[in-house]
Amino acid sequence: MLMENITIIGTGPAGLTAAIYAARADLQPLIIEGSAPGGQLIVSQEVENYPGFPEAISGMDLMQLFRKQAERFGARFMNGEISAIESIDNGYALTRGSEQIETRTVIIATGALARRLPIPSEAKFYGKGVSGCATCDGAFFRNLDVIVVGGGNTAMEDAIFLTKFAKSVTIIHRRDYLRAAPVEVEKAKGNPKIKWMIPQVIDEIIGKENVTGVTLRNPETNETQHLNCDGIFVAIGHDPQTESFRNLIKCDKEGFLKVTNCSTITSASGIFACGDASDPVYKQAVVAAGTGCMAALDAQKYLENTHK
Amino acid sequence: MLNTNLRHLETEEELKEAISTNENIMICCGRMGPMCLPVYAIMEDLRNKHSHVAFFDQDFDGPAASYIQNLPECATFRGLPFTVYLKNGNVIAATTSIQSHEEVKSILDREFNAK
Repeated sequence: MLMENITIIGTGPAGLTAAIYAARADLQPLIIEGSAPGGQLIVSQEVENYPGFPEAISGMDLMQLFRKQAERFGARFMNGEISAIESIDNGYALTRGSEQIETRTVIIATGALARRLPIPSEAKFYGKGVSGCATCDGAFFRNLDVIVVGGGNTAMEDAIFLTKFAKSVTIIHRRDYLRAAPVEVEKAKGNPKIKWMIPQVIDEIIGKENVTGVTLRNPETNETQHLNCDGIFVAIGHDPQTESFRNLIKCDKEGFLKVTNCSTITSASGIFACGDASDPVYKQAVVAAGTGCMAALDAQKYLENTHK
Repeated sequence: MLNTNLRHLETEEELKEAISTNENIMICCGRMGPMCLPVYAIMEDLRNKHSHVAFFDQDFDGPAASYIQNLPECATFRGLPFTVYLKNGNVIAATTSIQSHEEVKSILDREFNAK
């Protein structure tokens, strides 16, 4: 079986930057795309803070440029998900469906998955009023009342985007303060279609075939109230997508892969972690790209030292 | 046109021909967005293991998409993609929004008796 030099798992900013650097170093990296090609960024309608793009660029367009740049230097792409990893002589075996990929080094850039609301009715109404992607599904809610759950940048961006379609957008957030950047909060506050209900959490989603409302609860007073709505857009953060690697690599209590300070070196020799899978703090595309570069350089150095 | 490795159904004629000439069909009607891409990838992965099923995608904004958009089985759908499963021209299952590998495989196994 062919032994790969570097297998990169994930195609967000971290994975694709690692691919560019590894490919330019003539290491012929294999990149596993996973279930969300392009990563979390592709849901962003406008990325305004990625350096080099003075005019906003869509997340989808930005990630296509990353990919094109990696392909230009010979990076190879493969669909599928890695479900397990085990140590073998001189490297690791990755399980992809019924196949195995053998590789000297692994760069984990699997990013993070959007959190779902922790209530049973959320799954029942997913696609029937509940959505995790405003840009995908916003147009289904033309002239309807929707709510956005969350207090971060994504929630603010989603709320502003949804005002193009919805009759009203109500932001629901569990705390009485917001994590979003002030510039995003100000944009939302300046939009006459956006209302605020803070602090509130959703206790239940109500409806028959489609969502018709929610039961809200104030977490400070436990008072409940009903709010009519047709759509619920969930933007409550992300969890690191690292389950398949926790048997080999040390993680923190939230599941982020632990790396040695100022590097992407994990607790498993020859495995490197970058992007949101190992970043509990910053969670920014530009940071992910930076750590992707670091991971490729760390892997290159490892190969030079161990496979001369 | 969608940028996938699946067969595309771009016109009503292609759609009608696909339905009339294939006993078992899965059609994913969506865009190139984050909820749709994973379903296309799952279909690409599963098509070799389910050779008795014809896998197609369809641009949600294309002229032939009205067939799926107006199906009674999709009347309550508000999440991309709309995915329908047909046997002998009849809709036997339909899902809305993103689906997992396990969800798609279980429908294929259940509805098309895949081994």
